[in-house]
Amino acid sequence: MADNTPLSAAQIEQALGHLLEVEFTFIRVDELVPLIAALPREDQDFLLGWIRRIATINTQIAHQFALRAISRIAHMDRRMIEAWALHAMDTYDRAGSRPAFKVINEIDNFAQLSHEHAAGALFDEIGGILLTFIRGLSGRHLKLEQADTAYTDSETLFLPAVVARMQRAEDNFKLCKAMVVMLWAQTRFGTFRADLDAALSGYPDREKALNQFHALETLRLEACIGRELPGLYRDMQHLKAESGDNLSPAWEHFAAELSKPEADVTDSLRLLAQAYLDATPDLICYQCDLKPDAVTARATVRIEREKILLRVHLARELEKLQSETRDGNQRFEVKITEENRSSLPDFELTLDDAPATPPANVAQLLTSIYLDLGEIPAEYLVPAGPGEYDPGLFDEKKLDPDTVWQGTYHEEGASLYPEWDFGRQHYRKNWCVLREKDVKPLNDGFAQKTLEKHSGLVKHLRRTFEAMRDENRLLKRETSGDEVDIDALVEALADSRDGSEMSDRLFMRMQRNQRNIAVMFMVDMSGSTKGWINDAERESLVLLCETLKLLGDRYAIYGFSGTTRKRCEIFRIKSFEEPYGELIRQRIAGIAPQEYTRMGVAIRHLSTLLNQVNARTKLLITLSDGKPDDYHDGYRGQYGIEDTRMALIEAKRSGIHPYCITIDTEGRDYLPHMYGAVNYTVVSEIRELPLKVSDIYKRLTR
Amino acid sequence: MQARALTPEEHFIESEPYYEATGDEIAIFEAAYKNKLPVLLKGPTGCGKTRFMEYMAWRLKRPLITVSCHDDLTASDLVGRFLVKGGETVWVDGPLARSVRAGAICYLDEIVEARKDTMVVIHPLADDRRVLPMEKLGTLLQANADFCLAISYNPGYQSVLKDLKQSTRQRFVALEFDYPSMDMERKIVARESGVAADLAEKLVKFAHMTRNLKGSGLEEGASTRLLVHAAKLIVSGVAPVAACRSAIAQAITDDAEMLAAIQELSSSLF
Repeated sequence: MADNTPLSAAQIEQALGHLLEVEFTFIRVDELVPLIAALPREDQDFLLGWIRRIATINTQIAHQFALRAISRIAHMDRRMIEAWALHAMDTYDRAGSRPAFKVINEIDNFAQLSHEHAAGALFDEIGGILLTFIRGLSGRHLKLEQADTAYTDSETLFLPAVVARMQRAEDNFKLCKAMVVMLWAQTRFGTFRADLDAALSGYPDREKALNQFHALETLRLEACIGRELPGLYRDMQHLKAESGDNLSPAWEHFAAELSKPEADVTDSLRLLAQAYLDATPDLICYQCDLKPDAVTARATVRIEREKILLRVHLARELEKLQSETRDGNQRFEVKITEENRSSLPDFELTLDDAPATPPANVAQLLTSIYLDLGEIPAEYLVPAGPGEYDPGLFDEKKLDPDTVWQGTYHEEGASLYPEWDFGRQHYRKNWCVLREKDVKPLNDGFAQKTLEKHSGLVKHLRRTFEAMRDENRLLKRETSGDEVDIDALVEALADSRDGSEMSDRLFMRMQRNQRNIAVMFMVDMSGSTKGWINDAERESLVLLCETLKLLGDRYAIYGFSGTTRKRCEIFRIKSFEEPYGELIRQRIAGIAPQEYTRMGVAIRHLSTLLNQVNARTKLLITLSDGKPDDYHDGYRGQYGIEDTRMALIEAKRSGIHPYCITIDTEGRDYLPHMYGAVNYTVVSEIRELPLKVSDIYKRLTR
Repeated sequence: MQARALTPEEHFIESEPYYEATGDEIAIFEAAYKNKLPVLLKGPTGCGKTRFMEYMAWRLKRPLITVSCHDDLTASDLVGRFLVKGGETVWVDGPLARSVRAGAICYLDEIVEARKDTMVVIHPLADDRRVLPMEKLGTLLQANADFCLAISYNPGYQSVLKDLKQSTRQRFVALEFDYPSMDMERKIVARESGVAADLAEKLVKFAHMTRNLKGSGLEEGASTRLLVHAAKLIVSGVAPVAACRSAIAQAITDDAEMLAAIQELSSSLF
């Protein structure tokens, strides 16, 4: 049973001294100790736990946290304190210690945002649901991200980290929902279709004009939402009532005017002249910020880009269609059928009056253009002529990893992965920057030499693997089946003559076992594999590929290495789609030792790839020569082991079976913790590796 | 209605099933039937393929024998097998053989689910030979003139492994089905369930929201069939949001976050 007696002052002083490393940091803990000692044990544990976690990044921040958290622990929600601490640590990861101190120091801001009994909606918790929710609504494919305030740039909706205006958690969630819908409505119902800059510049006080315009638009959009999403509209009315937002009587006639179904943004601008003279109404609880500048910046780029994209796509469509009829003067037209004002119109694409079904990406483009412009201008429908646009303008650029690494923007186009920090007991967000690279094929006849060297083994492996292929077994004495089992029938008849009960198991059935396996081989390409180990790894892979051909299992081979979290590399040797052939053989030959072994991120990336394959059994097999290790930032040791373990747990949770084959004779010390007691093999003789790998594979997939 | 036991050949559709044509599929099917060509129906689940078959069976006044294919369906399950009766083996026709004899419409639903070797037995039936080899009896069964073979297949969500082979698909006249247009879907939902027009419209809107999510975590959006289910629950007095949850959201996903998001969509709408 847990001990509930509070810790004594001496115990606390010792704990703090250890956590905050007072011997070196000279942090004074004497004012903290009596305060913590006075708390109940549960609170003490909570506080010390978080101090320990924060101390792993910075003892000073942990100290400041402790000073501020003590006085709040009694009346502040634990979840809120946790969110505050994590926010500080995330800030530290992202921007360094000074901003992190700021977050810690501004707990009162943080708390004020959340008020006393905070039941705040945290972006991290609700972001996933809200993003799916927004995607479900019609219109442009929007993104959702975290920012300091809630606003939209017409492509991404931004929400703050915490929304806690309301008393109850569910109301705060509803408030977030109302906020994202208001932002969505701005893009969907054409708030940005008007030239706001021009319209607002006519007023002496632009700021006020913008606020008044925003208030008018809020009225109009509320009415639109009322028609489109009546359920949400009811919630919004309820939220308004809760937070005491009332429309001033002077504004009621604006509301009446703008809630007409035919009202659009020009009506708001028209009424602005009158509203400008009034006092600015209070912000409604779900009213977000309106940032026309952010929108304009995005929209100019997008409108131009989408025009190019549409014309290029249409040119491609035309090419497909023209294979049947050759005629130079063909014209695309779009018929917009608006069933009613509340739903987005259907786009009917015609080529010389003959209907042409637009592919999904063209339909999405048409929607997006329509949302920006309210129509599809004729010049957008002219298919792009050959060479009219530089493909660089519309094709997603494929950057060469090596040049990017050297540049300033080395995170561009890379995949970002979180990493588990065991000290903090939490993930570091977007911590690892990972990139896929190709292995340079090496044409030195390595595969041929290996096959000759191990020709006896190859024969043996072929035989055993052939025996594993779709084993069809004839099952006898079944209750149902394709054919009558005559032996069983004769016996049963004899039984029945004999007076005993007649069996009903009289049939035979062919049982076909279909293998449905996908395997990902993750090969250690760290510098420590140089020499023998590398040779053994490459030989193992050649033999494995030769034998896997027989089984028809889908498999991929990737190598991993890298230096520091900013430069994690995955080397493509064979993807799932590529057939095994000369090129793959040469790539295997080209596997060369690189740098370090940051395993967690490699496992996360390869699990993602593996999960895109549809198979009943998914295996992730690691070939490794030692512990996870990386240059600098403490990946070596427990940190790396814990991160790798967490990555493997994530993989298992998603339905992957991880397995490790290592030649590290000390592997037994840490592998059970990472992979589990039975999911690893230590191969003590490097020479045996080629045989063992195939052997283990056979055992695993039988 | 009382339960009745029928042999498959007696399964005539007696009253006209409700079916809204979305294009020229009825005329094409009739022409194919007249010319003894087999038919392949493509389309997502719950968009009306089976209903179309019932309608055509009624229209052509032929019995309809439906086989839902599964991954353990063997050739014997279709053609027939020997059973033991009182110490002797007796041959029993499978549903396909029965249709061929009786001149029924045989509809193999979700054909790609069946084992690959099973699909081969329909090949001689699906070209101009129109015969069913019955290996175990050592006979060839020549099809009745009224016999018609139809298969269905959903190109959308099944695994790439289960794609229909060219040798199979190139024997069929293909009809493509998709969800009906908004207007028609609204009409279908209202007609099938008796729900009020405005609720039917909201349900259809909801279905479109879930179809927008295809690719962002959903394999497939809500089908017309699910909408009808939800509408029927609503007609029986279930609150719309609850009906959407039970009849639609839970049916299309198990993922907790996706469920929550779909739930938010339906509660925003009703």
